[in-house]
Amino acid sequence: MSHFIDRRLNGKNKSAVNRQRFIKRYKTQLKRAVADAVNKRSITDVDSGEQVGIPSKDISEPVFHHGQGGTRDQVHPGNKDFMAGDKVPRPEGGAGGGSGQGKAGRGGKGEDDFIFDLSREEFMDLLFDDLELPNLVRNQLVGSTEFKSVRAGYRTSGAPTNIDVVRSLKGAVARRTALGAPHRRRIKEIEAELEALRARGVAEDDPRVLALRDELDRARTRIAALPFIDTFDLRYQSFVQLPEPTSKAVMVCIMDVSGSMDQARKNLAKRFFILLYLFLKRNYDRIEVVFIRHHTIAQEVDEQEFFYSRETGGTVVSSALNLAYDVLRQRYDSSMWNIYAAQASDGDNWDSDSVVCRDLLAEKLLPLMRYFAYVEITPRQHQSLWYAYQEIAGAHRHFAMREIDGPEDIFPVFRDLFKRQPA
Amino acid sequence: MSRHIISDSSEWTFPLLERFDREIGHLAHNVFGLDTYANQIEVIGSEQMIDAYSSVGLPINYHHWSFGKQFVSTEQTYRRGQMGLAYEIVINSDPCISYLMEENTLAMQALVIAHACYGHNSFFKGNYLFRTWTSADAIIDYLVFARKYIASCEERYGQAEVELLLDSCHALMNHGVDRYKRPSPITMAEEQRRQAERADYIQSQVNDLWRTIPTFGDDGAPDDDARWPAEPQENLLYFIEKNAPLLEPWQREVVRIVRKVSQYFYPQRQTQVMNEGWATFWHYTLLNRLYDEGFVNDGFMLEFLQSHTGVVFQPNFDAPYYSGINPYALGFAMMCDIRRVCESPTAEDREWFPDIAGGDWRKVLDFAMRNFKDESFIAQYLSPQLIRDLHLFTVRDDDRAEAIEITAIHEERGYRTVRQALAEQYNLGSREPNIQVFNVDRRGDRSLTLRHYRHNRRPLGESVDEMLRHIRRLWGFTVRLEGVDDNGRVQLLGEL
Repeated sequence: MSHFIDRRLNGKNKSAVNRQRFIKRYKTQLKRAVADAVNKRSITDVDSGEQVGIPSKDISEPVFHHGQGGTRDQVHPGNKDFMAGDKVPRPEGGAGGGSGQGKAGRGGKGEDDFIFDLSREEFMDLLFDDLELPNLVRNQLVGSTEFKSVRAGYRTSGAPTNIDVVRSLKGAVARRTALGAPHRRRIKEIEAELEALRARGVAEDDPRVLALRDELDRARTRIAALPFIDTFDLRYQSFVQLPEPTSKAVMVCIMDVSGSMDQARKNLAKRFFILLYLFLKRNYDRIEVVFIRHHTIAQEVDEQEFFYSRETGGTVVSSALNLAYDVLRQRYDSSMWNIYAAQASDGDNWDSDSVVCRDLLAEKLLPLMRYFAYVEITPRQHQSLWYAYQEIAGAHRHFAMREIDGPEDIFPVFRDLFKRQPA
Repeated sequence: MSRHIISDSSEWTFPLLERFDREIGHLAHNVFGLDTYANQIEVIGSEQMIDAYSSVGLPINYHHWSFGKQFVSTEQTYRRGQMGLAYEIVINSDPCISYLMEENTLAMQALVIAHACYGHNSFFKGNYLFRTWTSADAIIDYLVFARKYIASCEERYGQAEVELLLDSCHALMNHGVDRYKRPSPITMAEEQRRQAERADYIQSQVNDLWRTIPTFGDDGAPDDDARWPAEPQENLLYFIEKNAPLLEPWQREVVRIVRKVSQYFYPQRQTQVMNEGWATFWHYTLLNRLYDEGFVNDGFMLEFLQSHTGVVFQPNFDAPYYSGINPYALGFAMMCDIRRVCESPTAEDREWFPDIAGGDWRKVLDFAMRNFKDESFIAQYLSPQLIRDLHLFTVRDDDRAEAIEITAIHEERGYRTVRQALAEQYNLGSREPNIQVFNVDRRGDRSLTLRHYRHNRRPLGESVDEMLRHIRRLWGFTVRLEGVDDNGRVQLLGEL
């Protein structure tokens, strides 16, 4: 009368579609939350899932319900010393009084954030959403490493093009040998018996000889009937996908931290650095990141300090380029390392320094580099650094410079980079 | 005696589950006379349980983001350990589908089998509300139809469009129920066949209703002062499905699907205390009987009793984790109390319950299960003894008064007040705002006027504006919501 069914092996993700729709619907809120989350985490750590929260009042589903006020009677358990007719001051929060209108929880935990576990793909998707990346690039960034097919022995199924002829024929020989063995053994026995009969002088048309000859013929036919090759014999070359081993890269982040770079600009710069990091990560096994910040003097710092400490004062960009050059020369040999650099600045520089920067870049740094990107985050007129850099932009194909007003401008900087990469 | 024991281990296996099911089923049917649908018992993992939760407990449902939201939130609270999953989900269908969770121990599985497969199951089959309002044999078919239909609408009209419509329908779900008419049960094939016909027919009806040329009465004057609909309508979704001027046929069908699902859950919302009380009473009775007959050992009983007492625990009103009356506790206590009144009535019981005191408890309980809903069940059977045991008292919170007032407690002159107040608390009609379609301006701007009839001066909550947006999306023209207070004065609450 009862019927048991084991459903444990059925798919677990019956709600996956609904979950996707939920994410789609609250994309804007989630995007904001993702942006916050990115600002909180480190560049090298950006490539994983994340828990993000969105305020639960934004995702409520309204129904008609009673509000506060009016008269209501409630029954409660556990009376200790109340008598009928007692007047009790109205409790705050309404534990004894006005809560519980059939919608428990509505009042109580309304302000809690709705916490969401985003998978890595979902997270990256939201992160890149307003960068206006072309889909191809987005896939390349989000997608896993390049794979290479490597031979890995043989298997019994596969595409016809992968049939290994030698191996298959060897198998066929073995099969024919094995399946023919009993018959061959029998043939030997019969021949021995015939020999024995003949030795005893039995005539050729003796029924015993005839029977043996008959059996001999049958056994030979059986052997001949064994198929030369059978589907059972086929062997296919097997290939497995191995991640393509790639070499190592170093990424130098240079940022102006003088007073005029506020947190919003730094966050924009951070998005830019993240993108570069992810791009490199796709191409290289091992990446090291060097953070150099500067105002009038440059310092190599850790990431935390790089993004979140503020300094004031003037700006001498060449100090940072000099430091970068020193770091590269001492620690990262350009024959062993692929060197990338990205510089973010609001364009301020001490006037006569810009020419120095230009020469430094063109003569010392660019020859070492795979790529150098300069982004200027400024709503104002360009200043001397921009014009100085412009002079060398034409001559060096692995140098890109852009002005960034908002997140959607970040991608164009990369366009050249991706174009030149014959992946 | 111990040679009967089914298993000493706490690990379950399918043969053991079948054995338990056989013994419990034997007791339920042959000893206690429960009448049930056939059982279909499915073992699932915890993630699948979360899946089942998030489509409001239905095994199959159409896609909507709100179920995804439910899924995410359940998953979160579960992962963080803030909430255990229910041990079981049971679906009112024929055969009755119950889910057992893989992680449960053998004792828990036995408890769930007794609770869901025999307790809830017999309630679904016996209670008059379920018999009247739901068609256990057709619900799965209908859900399959609904899912396919909505998916085809999404293909044809776009997911965003369908989602907007569903949002609005979900908002009105609680106002999409026929309270007094029995919907006819039909199967999926029938449903599909009728669907096409219905679409054409409804559309022609609607167009007729909205003819632009005014009709004239016998005296030749336009009869436009007559209110329409002539009687107020409380089933908002039904009214919209049949009469909203601008809805496409497929949109009407979607409204109908939401309405049908809502209707399906309507009995459950009205019988929470009874349903859970009944199931809890029976798992308690059945498993104790198993123990008495020597099928299970002391360890099994201790584990069972621990989770049973957890389920029926009722914190007092001043406890920090008090959140209203626990329906399991109240229901279980009332079922046990009825049995007590039958088996060992006191003089007081004889005075209050002359019909049942000293009767056959099985018959009395069976009658109660079949013929009541929470509201009437409490009004009929809450005994003075139980009111004293639970120390129940009523509180009146009137926003015009300085303080709240204790109106009745567990004493001779308070019993009836407490009982009535508690019954009223489970009356869906007073728990949910009473909102009805009052008028449609058919000759003028086609505006729809709804009226909220206030009860005890309780106003509507802050969601009115949002709700008006939803209704307007369905209706397509101006929507007006008026409030009617206890004295009959009408006041405009919102217009969109």
